[in-house]
Amino acid sequence: MLNLLWLIPTLPLISFLILAFFGKKMGKFSGALGVISVGLSALITLIIGVEFLSSPPIGGVYEQTLWTWFDINGFAPEISLYLDPLGLIFTFVITFVGFLIHWYSTEYMDGDEGYSRFFAYMNLFVFSMLMLVLGNNLLLIYFGWEAVGLCSYLLIGFWYKEPYNNYAARKAFLITRVGDTAMLIGLFLLVKDFGTLNVQQILIQAPEVWSVGDSNVFWASLLLLAGAVGKSAQLPLQTWLPDAMAGPTPVCALIHAATMVTAGVFLIARMNVLFEMAPVVQHLVAIIGALTLIVAGLSAFAQNDIKKVLAYSTISQIGYMFLALGVGAWSAGIFHFMTHAFFKALLFLGAGAVILAMHHEQDMYKMGGLRKKIPVVYWTFLFGSAALAAIPIVTAGFYSKDKILFLSLASTKGNIWLWIAGFVGAFITALYTFRMVFITFFGKAKMDVEHRPKMSFKIPLIILGILSLIAGFIELPDVWGDFTLISDFLGGTLPVINIIPEMERWEILLQVITGVVVLIGVYITWQIYVKKRKESYAFEQSGLFNFFFKGWEFDWLYNTLVVAPAVWLSRIDQHDFIDRIYGGIGHLNLGLNKVFSRTQNGYLKIYLGGIAVGMIVALTIVLFL
Amino acid sequence: MDISVDTGLLLAGILFLLGLFGVLMRRNLIFMLLSVEIMMNAAALAFVVGGAKWKNVDGQVMVLFILAVAAAEVAVGLALVIQMYKQFKTVDVKKMRKLKDE
Amino acid sequence: MMLAELIIILMLGGVIAWLAGKWSTVVSKWIALIAVLIDSIIFILFLAQHPEVLNQLGDKEDWLIDFHRDWIPQIGASFHLALDGLSLIMVALTLFLGVVAVLASWKEIKSRVGFHYFNILWLLAGILGVFLAMDLLLFYFFWEIMLIPMFFLLGIWGYERRKEASLKFFLFTQISGLFMLIAILGLYFVHGLNTGEYTFNYFALLDISISKQLGFWFMCGFLIAFLVKLPAFPFHSWLPDAHTHSPTAGSVILAGLMLKTAAYGLLRFVVPIFPEASQTIAPLMMLLGVAGILYGAKLTYAQDDFKRLIAFSSVSHMGFIVIGIFSFNVLAYQGTVMQMVAHGISTSALFVIAGAIKNRIGTRDMDKMGRFWEQMPGMGGITVVFVMASLGLPGLANFIAEFLVLVGVFQVSILWSVLATTGLIASMIYSLVILQKIFYGESHSKHKLKDFSIREYLIMTCFIVAIFWLGLFPQKVITTVKPVIQKIEQQAQIKFDYVEPKTKR
Repeated sequence: MLNLLWLIPTLPLISFLILAFFGKKMGKFSGALGVISVGLSALITLIIGVEFLSSPPIGGVYEQTLWTWFDINGFAPEISLYLDPLGLIFTFVITFVGFLIHWYSTEYMDGDEGYSRFFAYMNLFVFSMLMLVLGNNLLLIYFGWEAVGLCSYLLIGFWYKEPYNNYAARKAFLITRVGDTAMLIGLFLLVKDFGTLNVQQILIQAPEVWSVGDSNVFWASLLLLAGAVGKSAQLPLQTWLPDAMAGPTPVCALIHAATMVTAGVFLIARMNVLFEMAPVVQHLVAIIGALTLIVAGLSAFAQNDIKKVLAYSTISQIGYMFLALGVGAWSAGIFHFMTHAFFKALLFLGAGAVILAMHHEQDMYKMGGLRKKIPVVYWTFLFGSAALAAIPIVTAGFYSKDKILFLSLASTKGNIWLWIAGFVGAFITALYTFRMVFITFFGKAKMDVEHRPKMSFKIPLIILGILSLIAGFIELPDVWGDFTLISDFLGGTLPVINIIPEMERWEILLQVITGVVVLIGVYITWQIYVKKRKESYAFEQSGLFNFFFKGWEFDWLYNTLVVAPAVWLSRIDQHDFIDRIYGGIGHLNLGLNKVFSRTQNGYLKIYLGGIAVGMIVALTIVLFL
Repeated sequence: MDISVDTGLLLAGILFLLGLFGVLMRRNLIFMLLSVEIMMNAAALAFVVGGAKWKNVDGQVMVLFILAVAAAEVAVGLALVIQMYKQFKTVDVKKMRKLKDE
Repeated sequence: MMLAELIIILMLGGVIAWLAGKWSTVVSKWIALIAVLIDSIIFILFLAQHPEVLNQLGDKEDWLIDFHRDWIPQIGASFHLALDGLSLIMVALTLFLGVVAVLASWKEIKSRVGFHYFNILWLLAGILGVFLAMDLLLFYFFWEIMLIPMFFLLGIWGYERRKEASLKFFLFTQISGLFMLIAILGLYFVHGLNTGEYTFNYFALLDISISKQLGFWFMCGFLIAFLVKLPAFPFHSWLPDAHTHSPTAGSVILAGLMLKTAAYGLLRFVVPIFPEASQTIAPLMMLLGVAGILYGAKLTYAQDDFKRLIAFSSVSHMGFIVIGIFSFNVLAYQGTVMQMVAHGISTSALFVIAGAIKNRIGTRDMDKMGRFWEQMPGMGGITVVFVMASLGLPGLANFIAEFLVLVGVFQVSILWSVLATTGLIASMIYSLVILQKIFYGESHSKHKLKDFSIREYLIMTCFIVAIFWLGLFPQKVITTVKPVIQKIEQQAQIKFDYVEPKTKR
């Protein structure tokens, strides 16, 4: 059954092609086709996953080569699918969550003039993302990497009539491209030193070709990290993600929360050996993650737009994943990716339902009191928020985040500062999450509900809501029992983490502290936003709050430093000064023509005089020189 | 009677310059033609002086050539002057500026 | 014989189309189309009869066809055409774009139709000649033949400032061509004096022994002609004017084929004949190439005129060819050839789209467009494909080309490769402008717009199939040019140890 692997990406591709050519004439069926194709992919993934677990292929890896892309003197990237535990987890999340989001979209996009176009783009995205996670070489991964960028661009600018959407789409594509270009240079470096881009060959050969801390391994991993930072919206390339919320909400759920933005995590995990060999860069990964999770968390707290809260929260949560990867807690990072995909997709879908109910209003302060009116959305949204805030014991987010927090201190690569960052981040997460919940669902109702969720809203929400609660039980903390499905599953693929032995007994204490702090955070927001509810709060008008609201003014910084000079440069030299040089030669000739044509004035005596003078000059030269 | 070569050539030079200035200064075509004749005669004189100096008849032969050329020139030149007078109704060269670059 | 046939059919077809155009424009169009199609069929039949050509040709013999007749035996010039893998790819591209060019001008040209097709066909004939000639005098002859029909195409059927543009085009290419003529004659006499055999034969001149200094100057003669035609920074300024004011067919041939003759010339003549001198000048060429990529991209971004924008983007893309050729590296050479083909296809497609829009609303000014997707989703979707090609999206031919060039250059010089790679960011900025200003955003025109017609869809389908095919299965092209590339690379005498990874330090 494993040889059905090629069907997983192909089905959405076929669906995309059909929709691209005939979508206009298909009406409602285009949505059905889009959903079914991804659903079938999810089903095949499930079948393959079951077989993969029950009778693992030799070496724990299944590889299916479709054709050789090109072959120049032995440098031969293949179009080849590579399924290992890491790829399987990602494939599962992409197809399964993707399927739910597609289903949800049939209702969300109902009646939109671009209905079939939407599903075409979404299917293309699923295809591209699958190529990214299943590619066996970095060039194929780069193919998926760029293709998901394209889909993100097309989908953010889906409502193309609004100039702001196009601006946001271009910004997203461009900023991620900066990272991509760095990544491409990293690929050049790998080709130069290895002569191949095959991931496994590079990982196997790396310890032979390089030694730990070499300058080349430093550069290669740094450049790959730059690619990951761009795609995953980490500091300093995080500014595109909040703007990307201009797209339809299911797009935000699928692309800008669950899958595409975690591609950076995937890439770092995929190339784990390189990062292990470049300790400086790996430490940098952790630092970037730690900084990002705090910066974005504070920004999330200051937002009023419900989607922007979620956007900054996504950046922040990916920061946790980076932190995990950076301290060598590889499987913990992937675990958090999985739970995050569930609860963040859920939150976005819930937010979408809220937005539809509120006449496309996204400002939370104009909502309120939705708790009673759309209960299914409320309860599932609450589950998702609980998981995001990592409410102890009952939510999936707790297990994954707790693991990261513990390991950031306990790992030999971790330290106290990283733990403090994560710890403070956990507190901020609780604050902004429940601020969002309380403002939106509590208090007095301000608007009538326009759209009440139907089945295709409710079922995906409920499924994801349940997953947000129980998905954490597959990996329990060590002190609770030896139940570590994810770590065992990924054990063959990712390096094992080294833990400082005496730290183990502190784990339970850390859990208690974090859990208490999170609950305190929830209590504080309850006091402010429910008990003393107001229309506006003085502290939210303060300068610092505004600074957070604007995302720490990164946009201003980049506009001043990069965009403005570039625009200025293109404006002053629109007509190419080089052309002026050639034009100058032409004008010089015209000028000379004017001068000399003065002499041709028709007076006979001037001509004759000229002849005479010329004769005299010529004779003088002949006679005396 | 002995006239030095220098004197002869000096006279020829003065005549030539007179003719040249005549051509440059006069505005009347007829007078310009006359001036050209003077220049030719200056050349002829120079030839004669040269022939006397080197005891060679070539100089005198050239004078005969020049006379023939002068005669032809007058014939053609005057005919042209008449034609131009018909065209421009004047013999003033200042008014004939068809060669000017527009 | 087939090679001469290809050229003669086009020339004959051109004359007949001109004569027929006197009394029926429709007949003239069809004659032109049929002439190009016959050529294509002859070529395809040839490939069908020699399937080994596309699979593994070079291992046996390099030259597939060698056609040799006397031309002016007194001075050692011969009518010598030959086909190898590189020429084969270029001929295929020429015929493909030739059909497109004829179809693209089907409705657009309304005056002097017969003469128009005469010019197109002779232009194609000249280009084919350039790609096939193996005699330097014959090469120069075809090089000049290309010039005149293009001058007429620009000058007669062009847009507003057509006279200025055609004159500029003519002066630039003609003057630079004269430098090449001097260099050709120089080679001819040096070879004659050395060996006593006066000949323009490429193969004889290939192993000429020449003093270092003289060789350098002769190379400069060739180099100037090719750099101007390519066009490389800072000789590019004729191209935007020519493209902006040229009719669609002219733009297609200019961007798709004429620019490639220069790249072909660099690969065929400059590097193999003057390997040492090329090495000497390589750093400067790298600088010019990178400057072209970045400066071209900067200018592209600043344009409002759709066709001018595409023209400047060509300058940027041609920079990759320059750095590729002067890196003397197999990967980069493969990339260069791929870039010639890919850029030919993607840019031509954009020009056809620009022409289609110009025919619909009568302007090329992008500030007067906007929100065209609403009325022309078909055109919009197709434009997305070629915009993505232009910004180098993997899966399309241009990515393969740029990746190979950059990875090849990286082996030789990290600095230039990294600088050139930043051009990819720039290419994204300007490419998206096309979508942004024309298909998205606010509407600035009140025209009722019709989506692509069947004829236009047909053209576009050819382009799309080609660009995806080359992007996903580029191996055919790579295998076909492999022997040529390897020969050139050996002639450039740089050993490229590639397969074996470095051992631990």
